[in-house]
Amino acid sequence: MSTLHTVNKSPFEKNSLDTCLLLIKNDSTVLLIEDGVAGALQNTTASQSIADAMSEGVKFAVLGEDLNARGLPADRVINGISVVDYAGFVQLAADHDNVQSWL
Amino acid sequence: MKFAIQINEGPFTHQSADTAYQFTKAAIENGHEIFRVFFYHDGVNNGTMYGVPPQDDRNVQALWSDLAEKHDLDLVVCVAAAQRRGIMDEDEAKRHGKGASNIAPKFRISGLGQLIEAGIQADRLMVFGD
Repeated sequence: MSTLHTVNKSPFEKNSLDTCLLLIKNDSTVLLIEDGVAGALQNTTASQSIADAMSEGVKFAVLGEDLNARGLPADRVINGISVVDYAGFVQLAADHDNVQSWL
Repeated sequence: MKFAIQINEGPFTHQSADTAYQFTKAAIENGHEIFRVFFYHDGVNNGTMYGVPPQDDRNVQALWSDLAEKHDLDLVVCVAAAQRRGIMDEDEAKRHGKGASNIAPKFRISGLGQLIEAGIQADRLMVFGD
């Protein structure tokens, strides 16, 4: 059963992304929203754990509006993380069997 | 698909009140149904009509009231959380000896059972908070 996990905290502030990645199953997706979008950037201390999860089949997405609101350019997002809008967020929620919000 | 929305955060805390609104709007625009929006914890602060943010700031309460008016949304404020934070409809204000009600248009006050029902009836329960 697939789950969409939303993470809304920066991995440089809270450990919710790490906790999420510890428990996630490999047919699931992590959507980074709000301050969580900081984790989607290349070459940070969070990049390796995202790369590890990706290699195990976890998918990643990031909310483009929240990147833009913070002046974070989409071309600095880690390869393989898809940038979605709110309609894409809705679609991800519909496509997975469950949604887990990491608050 | 039927979505239920739970909001745990007020409009001036962080970003979740906005995210929840944008998600709900996008869901409606893409043909989905919103079974109910449940305001819980500090989220009940989205439901007061006495907030007067500056004109160049977004007014989350007004956005919800408008969206509910347009699409007949069921906006439910948790009664216990509302009592603690001074959010009241006419009945509640009378019952507690308060001078006036402040519940915003299209919002209504009810109990936690409404959240449970929404969780059962909807295909997905989306939780937004801090």
